[in-house]
Amino acid sequence: MAMFRFEKRAYPSNAMLYSTPVFAVLLTMFVGAIIFSILGYDGIGAVREIFLTPLTNSLKWQDLGVKAAPLVLIGVGLAVGYRANVWNIGAEGQFIVGALAGTGVTLVTRDMQGPWILVAMMVAGVLGGMAYAAIPALLKTKLRVNEILTSLMLTYVAIQILNYLVLGPWKDPMAFGFPQTPLFTPSQSLPTVIPGTVVHLGVPIAFAVAAILAFIMARSVFGFQVRVVGAAPDAARYGGFSSNKTIWMVLLLSGGLAGLAGILEAAGPFQQMTPGFPADYGFTAIIVAFLGRLNPLGVIFAGIVLAITFVGGDIAQTTIGLPKAATGLFQAMMLFFLLASDILIRYKLVRTASKTEKVVS
Amino acid sequence: MQDKLSHGHMAARLSLQGVTKRFPGVLANDAVSFEIQPGEIHALLGENGAGKSTLVKMIYGIMQPDGGSMEWNGEPLKVNNPKAARQLGIGMVFQHFSLFEALSVLENIALGMDGGLSMGELEVKVREVMGAYGLMLEPSRIVSSLSVGERQRIEIVRALLLNPKLLIMDEPTSVLTPQEVTQLFGTLRQLSQEGCSILYISHKLHEIKELCDTATILRNGKVVGECNPAQETSKSMAEKMIGGSLKGISKGDGREFGDVRLKVRGLNLVKNSDFGMALKNIDFDVRQGEIFGIAGVAGNGQNELLGALSGEVRVESKAIDLHDVLIGHMGPNRRRKAGLCCVPEERHGHAAVPDFSLSDNAVLTARHRQNLVRGGMVHAGASKEFTDEVIARFGVKATGAGALAGSLSGGNLQKFIMGREILQIPEVLVVSQPTWGVDAGAAEFIHQALVDMAQAGSAIVVISQDLDELLDLCDSLAVINEGALSAPMAVKDASIDEIGLLMGGIHGEAA
Repeated sequence: MAMFRFEKRAYPSNAMLYSTPVFAVLLTMFVGAIIFSILGYDGIGAVREIFLTPLTNSLKWQDLGVKAAPLVLIGVGLAVGYRANVWNIGAEGQFIVGALAGTGVTLVTRDMQGPWILVAMMVAGVLGGMAYAAIPALLKTKLRVNEILTSLMLTYVAIQILNYLVLGPWKDPMAFGFPQTPLFTPSQSLPTVIPGTVVHLGVPIAFAVAAILAFIMARSVFGFQVRVVGAAPDAARYGGFSSNKTIWMVLLLSGGLAGLAGILEAAGPFQQMTPGFPADYGFTAIIVAFLGRLNPLGVIFAGIVLAITFVGGDIAQTTIGLPKAATGLFQAMMLFFLLASDILIRYKLVRTASKTEKVVS
Repeated sequence: MQDKLSHGHMAARLSLQGVTKRFPGVLANDAVSFEIQPGEIHALLGENGAGKSTLVKMIYGIMQPDGGSMEWNGEPLKVNNPKAARQLGIGMVFQHFSLFEALSVLENIALGMDGGLSMGELEVKVREVMGAYGLMLEPSRIVSSLSVGERQRIEIVRALLLNPKLLIMDEPTSVLTPQEVTQLFGTLRQLSQEGCSILYISHKLHEIKELCDTATILRNGKVVGECNPAQETSKSMAEKMIGGSLKGISKGDGREFGDVRLKVRGLNLVKNSDFGMALKNIDFDVRQGEIFGIAGVAGNGQNELLGALSGEVRVESKAIDLHDVLIGHMGPNRRRKAGLCCVPEERHGHAAVPDFSLSDNAVLTARHRQNLVRGGMVHAGASKEFTDEVIARFGVKATGAGALAGSLSGGNLQKFIMGREILQIPEVLVVSQPTWGVDAGAAEFIHQALVDMAQAGSAIVVISQDLDELLDLCDSLAVINEGALSAPMAVKDASIDEIGLLMGGIHGEAA
């Protein structure tokens, strides 16, 4: 009987490096259709609504941009960090704290006007995210505490800080007891860039940041440093690159970008802070970073793919009656299949010779 | 000898016919055939990567051949795993030991035994074997307190307890002092007289000449010759081994040295882990044009010393004086800018990043001295130009500056790394194990490049475990043992015995 086994490749395959994300998406669609058919839904319809309708229905394109923006912005930051083997899993927390820091600016500028307010909010958002990522950086560099644990756990702290603020000191007295801050003023809200759509200024900012980071990673000494620290820590030390400095830089970068994404989300679609603000963008961006092969340009595409599943998931809820959790299931399957098919980068599948041939010797 | 001849018509102890083993992209063993007679000490000679280790792994059952056959005392041999090999009477002593540091000698031996002997019975047998072969070692000692030579004895005792008919020794002397080598050879000769065959793997020609009855020479996985080492010269065997001729390095006579360029004074370093080594008050000077060697058995502080010199580990500012600048507190970048370049022992992942192109690997250490970065950006054109120069001047076989470092052979990658540092023309160059695992042709090239560099006025420090290399190359040398450095001696006045004693930690005179 013919059998298959994995055989190590002499060199990692570049073709596989770029084609496994596509495999992963196709496998997700295929397996997703089967699972939802078994569950009694229209499985093929579900896959069509989630993966295709957002692309074919031009009315949904603006939603794709708005959903992709935070994913891309957070995803590129994470991708840079992951390149250096620094595993920031807490972008969701930095996203929330960035949004809170920017919201803090709105509370003291309610009676003021001018474009500088938005700039100040964004600066505060970046600084807030950085400050929150500085905690795992400090613990990692001073005490060698694993940043995966600290950054993840700090996310739950951030959610509690958000709840405390919107239920307590920051609660809008005019909101009939609802836990929310006052609505941002027009000077505190992101303008739309395409008239008549919901596409706000944050969308082009996110894509521009990703493009700039792609250039920096490919050409700058900083990008070189990140790559060498991730690929060979001993060689990095020998080359004069400090691993502690690198940990600080990439955590501040990914935290700052998550914070920026947070305030752009708050000043764009939300225009206030509520307990419903966290939408797991920070976690989904981890999938985006991996699906994008930790490459800033790849992250742009991956961000759009994940945005499709968000938008498509909403469509499938109304048209097919799929539960909201279906979106998460599809996204998780994508990461699962991606990581599983990554074995093909370093190994190839070969048909083993049948037993009888082997005994000739 | 008489005994051996009378067995001439009997079946060989081990016979290999056309044994072949393939790995992705390489044919590690290509139809290898040879025979080992009872009581014969048979050398398997070849360069790093010639396929010696793969071959013995198949004999010992760690790997299975893809083709060919083996016979054991005339019977077809199929070794499914090392346990089966041991049951047949095949023992092996590996180059890298598998011992538990925290356990005693006896406990370690017990862990490696397949049969169920009580500790008491085992101890009696262990003492018997040790007595019979002069392998003195107290069974109750804890392994972490033993020298490398003593650890090797545990492995040998472990193999001898099984009454082997064939003992495989994989590069056994690479970690021993000259005195320990002599003792080991005594044991092996005794075993051979008792009828045990020995398959001795090495690339050290003078050892093979001294010890072995027959040598099978491997090159690129193929048998390229069989010879009687006693009737060959080291040079003739080396040429068979590398398949080319060796010129030998040319070192100018009557060399003059200039001023002191590197002065190390009272260099101390606390050990950074349980398995690290502290550096104790190291002093030495290297003058312009001088090649200074640091000999010693592996693990005596060489890596720590290299780290302290390269700046990967910072030390007291005044401990290292580079041409009147105190640099001990500086990191690698500032030391390179000041004129000190280093090459660590490990090529993959330390001296070079295997997944990066050669051009990026040039940026790794040459970016400041060669102006490969400008305004925070990597200057790809300049880096490619410098890389192409290294490739051309050092005869690196690579598809170009874009080739991945990991795709180069060991020798070619080492040539690239040495070229990258030498072409930066540092005032002082420190290299560790410059030719470790490198083919003889590349080793000779690297040696000549170091000699030329010294002649051009740099001061060079060579840290090596290969004493022959240091004696060929250096003007003066010192021995590192347990993190302390002996007093330097001129190579022309040095005696191998004295160096050997220093390597073993016996300091003849207060240094």
